[in-house]
Amino acid sequence: MDLGWNEEQEMLRKTARDFLAKECPPTLIRAVEEDDKGYSPELYKKMAELGWLGLVFPEKYGGGDGEFLDLVALLEEMGRYLVPDTFVSTVVPCGLPILSAGSEEQKQKLLPQIAAGKIILALALTEPSATYDPSGITVRAVAGKDDYIINGTKLFVPNAHIADYLLCAARTKETAKKEDGITLFLVESKSPGISCALLKTIASDRQCEVNFKDVRVPKKNIVGDLDKGWAVLSKALEQAAIAECTLMLGGAQQVLEMTVNYAKERIQFDRPIGSFQAIQHKCANMLIDIDGAKYITYQAAWKCSEGLDCTREVSMAKAWVSEAYQRVCIEAHQIHGGIGFTKEHDLQLYFRRAKKSELAFGDATFHRELVAQHLGL
Amino acid sequence: MDFRFTQEEEKFRQEIREFLKRELPPDWTGWPVLGEADTDEDWAFCRQMTRKLAERGWLAIGWPKEYGGQGASYIMQIILSEEINYHQSPGMDFMGIGMLGPALMAHGAEEQKRRYLPGIARAEVVWCQGFSEPNAGCDLASLQTRAVETDDCFIANGQKLWTSNAHRADWCFFLARTDPEAPKHKGISFLLVDLKTPGITIRPLVNIANGRSFNEVYFDEVRVPKENLVGQKNRGWQVAQTLLGHERSGIHRIASARRNADLLIEYARETGLGKDPLIKQKLVQLTIEGDIARLLAYRVGWLQTTGQAVEYEASMSRVYGAEYQQRVARVGMQILGLYGQLAKDSKWTKLYGKIEEDYLCSIGATLAAGTSEIQRNIIALRGLDLPRGN
Repeated sequence: MDLGWNEEQEMLRKTARDFLAKECPPTLIRAVEEDDKGYSPELYKKMAELGWLGLVFPEKYGGGDGEFLDLVALLEEMGRYLVPDTFVSTVVPCGLPILSAGSEEQKQKLLPQIAAGKIILALALTEPSATYDPSGITVRAVAGKDDYIINGTKLFVPNAHIADYLLCAARTKETAKKEDGITLFLVESKSPGISCALLKTIASDRQCEVNFKDVRVPKKNIVGDLDKGWAVLSKALEQAAIAECTLMLGGAQQVLEMTVNYAKERIQFDRPIGSFQAIQHKCANMLIDIDGAKYITYQAAWKCSEGLDCTREVSMAKAWVSEAYQRVCIEAHQIHGGIGFTKEHDLQLYFRRAKKSELAFGDATFHRELVAQHLGL
Repeated sequence: MDFRFTQEEEKFRQEIREFLKRELPPDWTGWPVLGEADTDEDWAFCRQMTRKLAERGWLAIGWPKEYGGQGASYIMQIILSEEINYHQSPGMDFMGIGMLGPALMAHGAEEQKRRYLPGIARAEVVWCQGFSEPNAGCDLASLQTRAVETDDCFIANGQKLWTSNAHRADWCFFLARTDPEAPKHKGISFLLVDLKTPGITIRPLVNIANGRSFNEVYFDEVRVPKENLVGQKNRGWQVAQTLLGHERSGIHRIASARRNADLLIEYARETGLGKDPLIKQKLVQLTIEGDIARLLAYRVGWLQTTGQAVEYEASMSRVYGAEYQQRVARVGMQILGLYGQLAKDSKWTKLYGKIEEDYLCSIGATLAAGTSEIQRNIIALRGLDLPRGN
């Protein structure tokens, strides 16, 4: 049993922390919130130069030959610094399924560009039914002669407004089993018939409504097999859920650090409030939540990285971490008092994103239901 | 990073399971965690299990070889405790093996080690712990039991409380004040006493689950030989710190509670209750929390096995595990509904009355061996470096 990082991963984490402390300060996060793009192209380029975007891709596709666990090590630090979502939403739920199920041509074309930070991808999965269950996919793709014609609405699509490609999950066959008949299409976002509208969200991230009206996609743009997209998607969703847990874990640690520092500095009744048990026990609870979140996330990530079946562990992690991060933020707000309630304080940046992360890729209730199926309930 | 156990560890776990399958009666339904034997028959069975563990060299598996142990890693010790307690079997010896042994190894004289350690490792002598008093609970150092040094012995007077298993034990290790003038941590000594010594009276205290788990122990002019002083006079607090600080993960509670959670899931599956979305969510939550608790406990073992310092991690594992035990019992009672209130000997009872029993017993989980408030203080002070209150 080894619950720690190896030397290279530790180094990666340290590099990431040093880099992000300098290049991704709260001022940048605040600027990005106000900017329509919702990310910083300069930061994105620098992360590509550091080899982060291609970290888990093979060398022949311009990648760094890393393991999934290496990416997780990096994401924990990104979570601390609230790195804008384009990184994860491109690499994890789009890049990884292309790597695992894409054709050689697709891989050669897209992966090096992702690694170089030249393109942004977005997974167009959820719809107004607002579920990650396969039954939620109703957008239709009907076969024509050389192409498919897609119609319908996708909702909560991250960064679709700036994406170069959408990885769109569409129904290509109606069957009783909802997992069947789903196909993944790589859609150029500038294709005629696509319209995109930004949603105003609690986390000030960029999620979109994407409408497909008779959008033609060449058959060669199918990722994986026709009608069998769910198998690819469910793996990608597992990886994305782990990534989201890791971001939350990083964020939660930063929140606790801020809170403990504040509790040591803030003087009331002639002593730091951190010397009161009422405050100490709240902080202790935060650390319990964080350490629990850490090892349940690492367990899922390690299993996934080893190629072992991790469905149950991923759902357990997402269910736990989603709620633990909420609790951590809420206690942090209580301890910070009025100052944390202001927009000028950084705490709100985390609190608002915690809700977004809780909902992304399935909330706690959703994932507990999946675990229940594993337990035969 | 690697969440796997080694082959040796897996093999050990398998051996323990086979041992338990062989040694526990076929109709075994388990005892509550740390449940002391109520009847003489139960006690005899408990001792028999302890002796069998000793015969296999497992009882003191974590002790160095020279003292009758096997020098096994902390991970191996956690595996042993986890399996025994998941099967809710008696046999582990917390007082002798887990507490006194390590304290003697660190602070005892050579003669004391030779005299006492083999008896513990071979399951021949049963020890109890005389620490708490009516006015010394969380603030243990305020204890008032006195021991006055004379020419040939210490004479002890006072009262101990919550002394688990004193009525079954042979010997007691206890703390007494030997210098009432010194600051409270600096006037305490650590002593060993044969419970047959004249002047010792043991009175039972019955817990809320009707278990006779602990006692009041009165010392009235009890003569304790001088050679029974462990460490230096007035330096007993350091010995006590070693003993209490022996970084225990609390896996025993976690394993036993996980078993109860598994039984509840089985029950929900069989009765169809598990189809209720609300019950389903609650049961899954218990499963997830069980996994968290287990990971926090194994972290303690991993830190120790790899020679890393344990600061607050054991406190976290223990407080989380103890509260987990309570949640399992409380959620279990909700799920059993009207049946939950039935005692274990009712013909209508479900799951052998275990849930009702643990609903009561688990109240003690966040009190014994450091309350949850004390554990959280430790997490805040050592884990987060928050300032001490005045």
